[in-house]
Amino acid sequence: MTNAIEAEGLIKNYGDVRALDGLSFSVEEGTVFGLLGPNGAGKSTTVKVLTTLARSDEGKASVAGHDVLREPSRVRRSIGVVAQRSGVDRDLTGRENVRLQGHLQGMRGRELDRRVDELLEQLGLADAARRVARTYSGGMQRRLDIAMGLVHGPRVLFLDEPTTGLDPEVRAAMWREIERLKADEGLTILLTTHYMEEADQLASQVAIVDRGRVVAEGSPAELKASLDGEAVHVELDGANVNGNVDAALRGVPGLRDVLVEGRALHARVDDGARAVPAVLAALDSHSVPVAMVTVARPSLDDVYLRYAGRSFAEADKTDQKEENE
Amino acid sequence: MTALADTWALTVRDLLRLWRQPWFIAIVLVQPVIWLLLFGELFQRVVDIPGFEGGDYKQYLVPGVLVMTAFFSSGWNGMSTIEDLERGVTDRFLVTPARRWPLIVGRLGQNAAQVLIQSVVIVAMALAIGVSFDGGVLGVAAMVVAALLLGTAFAALSNALALVARQEESLIGAVTFLQLPLTFLSTAFMQEELIPGWVATVAEYNPVNWAVVAGREAAQAGTDWGAVVGYCGLLAAFAVACTMLATRAFRAYQSSV
Repeated sequence: MTNAIEAEGLIKNYGDVRALDGLSFSVEEGTVFGLLGPNGAGKSTTVKVLTTLARSDEGKASVAGHDVLREPSRVRRSIGVVAQRSGVDRDLTGRENVRLQGHLQGMRGRELDRRVDELLEQLGLADAARRVARTYSGGMQRRLDIAMGLVHGPRVLFLDEPTTGLDPEVRAAMWREIERLKADEGLTILLTTHYMEEADQLASQVAIVDRGRVVAEGSPAELKASLDGEAVHVELDGANVNGNVDAALRGVPGLRDVLVEGRALHARVDDGARAVPAVLAALDSHSVPVAMVTVARPSLDDVYLRYAGRSFAEADKTDQKEENE
Repeated sequence: MTALADTWALTVRDLLRLWRQPWFIAIVLVQPVIWLLLFGELFQRVVDIPGFEGGDYKQYLVPGVLVMTAFFSSGWNGMSTIEDLERGVTDRFLVTPARRWPLIVGRLGQNAAQVLIQSVVIVAMALAIGVSFDGGVLGVAAMVVAALLLGTAFAALSNALALVARQEESLIGAVTFLQLPLTFLSTAFMQEELIPGWVATVAEYNPVNWAVVAGREAAQAGTDWGAVVGYCGLLAAFAVACTMLATRAFRAYQSSV
């Protein structure tokens, strides 16, 4: 069994900000690997390093058997990249976009033309091929991005946040396309996403990234199974009542990994049905009003919560704020 | 060979983009004509200044307007690079095995085509208003070559700046800051004998002036070909240096992403 991607101890600083902090993982050939984490966790930086766009300060990485720092040209020949920011030239037609990309990958003449037509057909862009990309919908532009990433027949495909900003239906179509690519073409796909359900649906292995490190790795099922019991989420109805909540929950038996973030309370228990009445009673006795309670099998959200020490939604919000500042 | 083919493909891409902006083409073609007619009218009495040699200011002006047009429009060449950076197009190109220099030279090819077309318009307009080129076809061709070399140099500089600054505002600021001073620190509008000594001294080191002097020398009768070739050689060396600088600027960009 060989690995299509290996990253070991990657460190990357932007000025004072450490984007990658010793990030390591490996991806087996022919699989879909999900790099999952909130905005600003270091996913895009990882993709930039692995696709030779950026250089890591420390650590080493290889893609398709080639070292990204020493043999960037060989890496570039073996990879297709669909970046988070679309690389479509809006003033060219769909066909011209794909053709130019193939040309820069060293393809010429009839071989190139055949491949371009085939891809546009496959991705449902044949009818729009002669229109400038400015007129394309968001989903069409994304499919055009994928066509450009695939034109030279890469062995490894990088998809950086491929469905961000797409409608639910378009997202579902994109998921089917990614599954087809894996099944039909035997591609190795590195997918970054901050949608839990996307990683759950598409990836056979997942690495959860937080603050530039991998905090958990495994198949989605393994990761969820590593959290025994059930997840309890309580939405509190009221102002910041931290002290009260902590005091109230101290006495509830079997309650683990308790985390309070603003009005949200997360915890895990062995048996949800039995624990919920106790939790509610405890909160009630400390006069903490409750708006909603849910009990569920652990999701990847809970896995993130467990390993990153904060909820995914909260991390996504704060990191986005930091990015905008 | 591969790199040359990539250069050509990228030049074609930029020309296609240009072709799809008819308003831009109209402006590019009309503006130099306005310079020629406006300045020719505005400054027509310059020939009356004692010490001005030659009797027709429009005749004097043509090489200046030609070079100024090449200089002005080439300075904006980096704007396409900034657009590409913002759209993620540059990143997409950089993760292909293509060499770096075609990414710059391809764009310079489009710029050269644009300057060439503008030059043809100016020469045709000049002929239409009665300017005669005593240097003949060869002289006119040499004048256009000087303008092309200057335009290539400043287009390359514009791209270098675009890759380093990566902001439209910075590029606009730098280009507008340089355009008029470099144009007027030359003999584009006034003969060397009539400009202050210090301006003449600065002009000797000003590439814009090299192109103006070479162009004017080539276009007139009794061309000193040694001077034309000398200045064009300087301009060519300057253009090559700027192109290498712009290619290097990809490293600066990549160390920031």
